[in-house]
Amino acid sequence: MVIKHDENLKVKKYTPDLFEPSNQDAIKREQIMRPEQSFWQDAWNRLKKNKAAFLGLLIIAGVILLAIFGPYMNSHGYDEQDLTRTNLPPKIPVLENISFLGVDGKDIRNVDQYASKNVDEFFWFGTDELGRDLWTRVWQGTRISLYIAFLAATIDLIIGVAYGAISSFYGGRLDTLMQRIIEVLVGIPGLIVNILLILILKPGILSITLAMVIVGWIGMARIVRAQILKLKGQEYVLASKTLGASNQRLIWKHLIPNTFGPIIVVTTFTIPGAIFTEALLSFIGLGLQPPVASLGTIVNDSYKLLRIYPHGMIVSSIIISLIMISFNLLGDGLRDAFDPKMRK
Amino acid sequence: MDNILQVKNLHVSFDTYAGEVQAVRGVSFDLKAGETLAIVGESGSGKSVTSKSLVRLNPPDSTRVKNGEILFEGKNILNITEQEMRKIRGADIAMIFQDPMTALNPTMTIGKQIAESIRKHTSMGGAKVKERVIELLQMVGIKDAEIRIKQYPHQFSGGMRQRIVIAMALACEPKIIIADEPTTALDVSIQAQILELLKHIQQQMGLSIVFITHDLGVVAKMADRVAVMYAGKIIEIGLVDEVFYKTTHPYTKGLLAAMPRPNMMSDELYSIPGSPPDLLNLPQGDAFAERNKQALKIDFLEEPPLFQISDTHFAATWLLHELAPKTAPLENKSVNPIPSNHALEKDRIAKGNLILVKGLKQYFKLDKHNTVKAVDDISFNIYKGEIFGLVGESGCGKSTTGRSLIKLNEMTEGEVIIDGKDIRKVKSKKELLEFNRKVQMIFQDPYSSLNPRMKVADIIAEGLDIHQLNLGQRQEKVYELLETVGLNKEHANRYPHEFSGGQRQRIGIARALAVEPDFIIADEPISALDVSIQAQIVNLLKKLQKEKGLTYLFIAHDLSMVKYISDRIGVMYRGKIVEMASSEELYGNPIHPYTKSLLSALPLPDPLLERERKRIIFDDKSHEGRNRENEILREVREGHFVMCTEQEYEEYKKNLEVVAH
Amino acid sequence: MIDYFEYKIKICLVVSVETRSGMKIAYNNMEMKDFNLMGDGGYFMFRYIMSRIGYMFVTLFIIILLSFVLMQTLPGSPFNDEKLPPAQKEILYEKYGLDKPVAEQFVIYLKNLSQGDLGVSFTFDNRPVTKIISERIGASAVLGIQAILLGTMVGLLLGILAALRHNSFWDYGAMLIAVLGISIPSFVFAGFLQYWVGVKLEWLPIAFWGGFEYSILPTFALSVSVVATIARFTRIEMLEVLGQEYIITAKSKGLSSFEIIGKHGIRNALIPIITIIGPLIVNTITGSLVIEKIFSIPGLGEQFVNSIITNDYQLIMGTTIFYAVLFIVVVLIVDILYGFIDPRIRVAGGNR
Repeated sequence: MVIKHDENLKVKKYTPDLFEPSNQDAIKREQIMRPEQSFWQDAWNRLKKNKAAFLGLLIIAGVILLAIFGPYMNSHGYDEQDLTRTNLPPKIPVLENISFLGVDGKDIRNVDQYASKNVDEFFWFGTDELGRDLWTRVWQGTRISLYIAFLAATIDLIIGVAYGAISSFYGGRLDTLMQRIIEVLVGIPGLIVNILLILILKPGILSITLAMVIVGWIGMARIVRAQILKLKGQEYVLASKTLGASNQRLIWKHLIPNTFGPIIVVTTFTIPGAIFTEALLSFIGLGLQPPVASLGTIVNDSYKLLRIYPHGMIVSSIIISLIMISFNLLGDGLRDAFDPKMRK
Repeated sequence: MDNILQVKNLHVSFDTYAGEVQAVRGVSFDLKAGETLAIVGESGSGKSVTSKSLVRLNPPDSTRVKNGEILFEGKNILNITEQEMRKIRGADIAMIFQDPMTALNPTMTIGKQIAESIRKHTSMGGAKVKERVIELLQMVGIKDAEIRIKQYPHQFSGGMRQRIVIAMALACEPKIIIADEPTTALDVSIQAQILELLKHIQQQMGLSIVFITHDLGVVAKMADRVAVMYAGKIIEIGLVDEVFYKTTHPYTKGLLAAMPRPNMMSDELYSIPGSPPDLLNLPQGDAFAERNKQALKIDFLEEPPLFQISDTHFAATWLLHELAPKTAPLENKSVNPIPSNHALEKDRIAKGNLILVKGLKQYFKLDKHNTVKAVDDISFNIYKGEIFGLVGESGCGKSTTGRSLIKLNEMTEGEVIIDGKDIRKVKSKKELLEFNRKVQMIFQDPYSSLNPRMKVADIIAEGLDIHQLNLGQRQEKVYELLETVGLNKEHANRYPHEFSGGQRQRIGIARALAVEPDFIIADEPISALDVSIQAQIVNLLKKLQKEKGLTYLFIAHDLSMVKYISDRIGVMYRGKIVEMASSEELYGNPIHPYTKSLLSALPLPDPLLERERKRIIFDDKSHEGRNRENEILREVREGHFVMCTEQEYEEYKKNLEVVAH
Repeated sequence: MIDYFEYKIKICLVVSVETRSGMKIAYNNMEMKDFNLMGDGGYFMFRYIMSRIGYMFVTLFIIILLSFVLMQTLPGSPFNDEKLPPAQKEILYEKYGLDKPVAEQFVIYLKNLSQGDLGVSFTFDNRPVTKIISERIGASAVLGIQAILLGTMVGLLLGILAALRHNSFWDYGAMLIAVLGISIPSFVFAGFLQYWVGVKLEWLPIAFWGGFEYSILPTFALSVSVVATIARFTRIEMLEVLGQEYIITAKSKGLSSFEIIGKHGIRNALIPIITIIGPLIVNTITGSLVIEKIFSIPGLGEQFVNSIITNDYQLIMGTTIFYAVLFIVVVLIVDILYGFIDPRIRVAGGNR
């Protein structure tokens, strides 16, 4: 045998009083080892720990604020044309002195356009080919893009959750029927439907939103259905049933709250999807019509000037990419934060 | 005997995002050639981590072996290169895993999977490898091996898959096999087969086995020596007889006492109070001290070393120190004779039926062509104040029966009368609510039976809210219920994930009790819990039954627990009740061959008994093969019903008479 | 390309298998029901494929109906354009039976379609749409196939690398590329590629279609989102597979990590990845609309965008129906392929 008495035992002296029974009269009652934390706190803490997702959240907050207040931060209107100041590169006070930032009003041939066109105002993002202030336009466009995206995401959410929840909760023939419909719809390529619908409805904020929603809700409906089907078999739902819970109670107290995680994640991913689709439609000529502008139409317009005046394209694509990246990072973070596997 | 493997002072930790988990804290043991060493412990005791360390299979990025040596053939496994380690894995030391459903690659034929290690470690090639694979499959009892090597894992049943895993482990004739809970995922009778196979192969090949398990019954059946682990330490180690019959450590004593035995006649199981410690922040002193009724003052200050009891028997408890008081044996408090079962039964029969089930059928339609007959024409009754046990292996329909009784399933056919009311006729909202107050259920999985988004108070009060009971005193009632099930007021505002498995199960019980039901269906309420916690829950259920005069339907696969808790038992097999009798009678005189085989397959925590026991094999095919046409449940003796044909009925009766005379 | 398919793919990452593809759903349902009862796998596969083909026809029918209704209602469409020269009108009346009831017109429309007649383009001197498509499809196909192949290979490499070096520099690097690839719109990417590589550095032609060098930039631009999607998906699948018990089993047999990853890891991770190939191909085709326009490639996508700008409705509808058929068939084929590759679906039952 390898195991030997602890060598200390022989050396170390123990006093007899140590060997009195401890007499713990009643052994301590059940204790909890984990800290008190609700589901949401827990998810929030996880999200905060995810630096990328948190950064995404901050950027989104910043972009939303700028989309709301940005257009009022200078005196130019978004469709205020002035042909004496066309295609001005960005020029920002103070920062103009730092040459590598390229916001000193010089274009790619290093000509100070402000000087040559005799403009003494500052255009932070420059101007477009009609002399419109790009700062105002870009944030106005962001506002519209975000508006379309949130609107589409909200409608997707409402239809998707309702459809998925009804289909899975009532099950049986209704479910089969509703699933057949989805099976058919899911085969229809989204962009094709978008194009056809916008051809009928003519491009506009509502028609673009509607076109995206018409197939967009399917994803949400499937997720919600899958989640509720899974939850329906969970023992706490059965327990509630055996206690005599009404359907309302089952849906609102048990099923929907436990579907929040996936719903939020899907919605977070819907928003960049919608922004992108809108931009794509602009690019193939089905975007919003002037004077209304979205990020997509601004990117499209400035793309045409890319080779001579790249500033418009650079600014607008940075912002659209930034929004997309932030939402994607946030979505990833939320998915990890809500993942039940991480939570045990 | 030679030591083939020596483990010295092994320390293993895991890094989690909450901190360092000290999974193994100074484990030392050795393994002799040809012996089976069982490492037994509850979840979180470090037994699995220890076993995986022997071949360095713990996830490398999060595991830290902080200290220790593992000597195998003169080499320290912890120091050799990964390349050398690979030469040992599979060739000298092989592993068998817990869940045969996930241990096999689903997209590779089993033949290829077995051949892999042969190709890796031997110079065999081509046809020879195939021959060897077939030979291995035959050795582990798989028929038609030539055909089956080309099949995929999903084409085999669980027991078969475990045989394949064993064949894989044996492929290169290793010296040591580490079996990590190899039968936990299997049914009792399959478990018995696999254990016998392992024993047989061990004798044939002279293997050493390290057998990891939580089941003391399996230990008694398999082991030569036993190491008991608690909170990352071996707290008692010795020959199997020493550990079972000269038990020294209070924890081991507690574990053994917490397991009901068929011949036990006490009305309360011994249970170890509390829950295992948090390995993230271990208490000072002995990790078991807080749960130890015999704890000494020193237990809270310093961890006890291993004291030697005999040449082979060691235990880590201060009680063995020369200064320690000579203790009385573990208080066996309730040996007070309980009133004779017979009298009690008469009493109950006099009270009449609470539940009457007649010809219950529950079929599930899969598609146009296939129907599963989950429950196929069963009849039984439950007297008022009785605990009726329903026992059987997975898929026998016992849980489905429970769910049909509480109207979670729409019955296909049959009649269920609860307290005089046909539950099929309960339809109006008012009647349904009334029904739901009367009949309640306790669920199996403590992790999925509580809504993670609700506070404990709201979970427990759900019934109160639905039935608008105790308006105005909701909080008081919740506190009262928490007290009843052994929890505190402070727990009311917590969320379920903050609790341990046993605590969650208590919350589930409190939820069912809130509406003050008469009848509770307990669907495998303890099968997901550790042994020491099982006893707590069973005691609680028994206590509640006595205090509140409840009637239970207790559904479980663990026969000894069912026997312990139930007054009468029904044995289910393939959707039918094949035998039904009072629990004493059923265990004393099992008649149906299936019951007999089930009872004989159940490992008992008694090594001497296990060595003598012979398993009775229920040959499903030959049983089915005989004419089963007019098979019905017949009363062979008063209160003892057996599913049999007329001819068998006569046989059984005759046999009983012979025994009686 | 991101659009709606992209986010559906992402959803898959959220709710795992259940929604990944129809086959997977069917497979999961089947698993619950127990293989034994299903009889042999071949029968199941047959039934599954038949039902999928059934759905395919319903979906197609709806798209055709939609496009027919559009033709009927849109002002300026050949069906109700007042300004058409009488000669053309006559041809149309003849061909589509425009004087007959609407229902009958639809039947005629269907009949024409079933004979492969997608109508004629009036901006292209009444050339049949089918002919235009067949002339244009070549460039698009080359571009699409190159982009899918490049994207899949790079994506797989990145994903596997990220999973094997989990939580390391490689993992973060690969995932950064993936997030950027998914987030930055392909037209932005294409625009800047054209600007930097084409205009400024003058390494490669900036537009038009000629030899292989003309296809490099557009292929690259088109494959970015494929790379990103495949990389993310592969990483998640690999991580999941590497966490499975059978990987430990393989390790316990003494296999090297190279063998484990090759024989057990990648193989199992790749099977579910097949399910996203279908939607990815569809995405790539939609993506090609913009990319072809930016690089002035004489492909179908560019044609389609131009027809939208010129309101050539017959051409729009014809191409739409062609695209719809292509998409649906591609997704169907990939799903069926999945069933044949995964042995759990291919062979069921057995003597348990």
